[in-house]
Amino acid sequence: MSAVLEVSHLTKIFKNDRKTHEKSVLDDISFHVDEGEFVTLIGPSGSGKTTLFHLIGGLELPTSGDISIHGVSTVGSRGHIAYMPQQASLMPWLTIEANIVLSLTIAGIGQREARELAREWLGRVGLEGVADSYPDVLSGGMQQRVSFLRALLSPQKLMCLDEPFSALDALTRQHMQAWLLSLWESNRRSVLFVTHSIEEALLLSDRILVLSAAPAAIVREVRVPFARPRSETLWGDPAFIGLKQELYEMLRPASAL
Amino acid sequence: MGSKRTGLLPPVIVLAAVLLLWQAAVWLLNTDAYILPSPTAIAKQAYDSAPQLAHHMRSTLVMTLIGFVVGASLGFLIAALLHVIPWVKSGFYPLLVLSQNVPIMALGPLLVLWFGFGMLPRVILITLVTFFPVAVAMMTGLSKSDGGLYNYMRMIGATQSQLFWRMELPGSMPHLFSGLKIAASYSVISAIYAESIGSDSGLGYFILLAQHGFETAKVFAAIAVIVLLSLALFGVIALAERMFVRGSASSRREGKQS
Repeated sequence: MSAVLEVSHLTKIFKNDRKTHEKSVLDDISFHVDEGEFVTLIGPSGSGKTTLFHLIGGLELPTSGDISIHGVSTVGSRGHIAYMPQQASLMPWLTIEANIVLSLTIAGIGQREARELAREWLGRVGLEGVADSYPDVLSGGMQQRVSFLRALLSPQKLMCLDEPFSALDALTRQHMQAWLLSLWESNRRSVLFVTHSIEEALLLSDRILVLSAAPAAIVREVRVPFARPRSETLWGDPAFIGLKQELYEMLRPASAL
Repeated sequence: MGSKRTGLLPPVIVLAAVLLLWQAAVWLLNTDAYILPSPTAIAKQAYDSAPQLAHHMRSTLVMTLIGFVVGASLGFLIAALLHVIPWVKSGFYPLLVLSQNVPIMALGPLLVLWFGFGMLPRVILITLVTFFPVAVAMMTGLSKSDGGLYNYMRMIGATQSQLFWRMELPGSMPHLFSGLKIAASYSVISAIYAESIGSDSGLGYFILLAQHGFETAKVFAAIAVIVLLSLALFGVIALAERMFVRGSASSRREGKQS
């Protein structure tokens, strides 16, 4: 298996103006995502996950270290990932279909092909009824489905999902997890996922990387043993509960007691 | 549609009441027509001088439209240019604001002096007045693009030009239209002013002549035509907004109700 994403010894220090404050955000981070693998980063708030995504997306430059996608260094270069942000980020003036087409054309797919893909997949996931609607008539969950579909259809090998369900209510969130799980299991894209939710991480991922508080470093790697296809029934599994407890202990702030 | 009609009703009633009061006051106080003519006298005057009014209105309309289109286009281009090239903005923005502080009362005669009595000084004057609200509104719209959308577009690798054409420009449309609406009213008023200083046609010229002859009813008739002209221009822009700004306030409200 070849690594789709290889992050090696990534360090990021923000230099505030006039060298007064140096804020170290990422500290020697190394990990990889294999072809067709679902890897989750989990960590406390403010552990630099957004910075890490900005580095992988090429929006910012690391202080040191390297990022390569399919063996090619992509430090500071954009357009190599499919992305699903925390907020659906759909253009309010475009229809659902046009939104998907826009993202696909930016990723280099031709207009006609993008439109066919969007039509086909909106139908496949039962969203054909809203293809010509504007985003504001859709619920938060529906918008996130569109946002996920948009990332799924993008031709880039790596999908980066940045806390995609954190703005949803608990029930919608569970539905979305199951929906994403089934869709992903039948497509097996390489995914880098960021979340605060332990259950979500356990349900979806092949591997979980636990980040420490800032400056973030990878403190543990957990291989999730459950066979696929999975379903929400996992939640009651004793092994699931055990792992959940274990991860919870790891993520508990040291000063909390 | 029903709510729209009830929305129009109150101002119509108020206007009718004001006109009625006006009519009654002129009649009761027996005011001289050259000081304040009654609404019916104005209406009669408007009817009598309809051919003249139509002729001058056409002239004003053409001038307004030319000035408005040139000014709005200029405002649009300036906003886009200043947005795309930051150092241009820091250098030119103060000058733009400065340009609005030059009183057009002073500028108008100068323009006539420089460019003669033709159309050019009038177009320049209207352009100077109308470009500014469009440019300012547009710049606000361009720089106020949603942070989340901006981040998303950059993460998926949108180029600078894709960011501008696919996100910032369509995102600034509501702002552009509010600028256009202001510019529309400005353009009519400045056209009237321009006609009063260096022209031999147009409603501004017509008013000037009427005032010199103490034909106050004619002045009011011309004012009524000007108001209608402004309203029509405003209406056309509002209509264009409904057509082009999709997912904007109006259609959003419909969506919420369903």
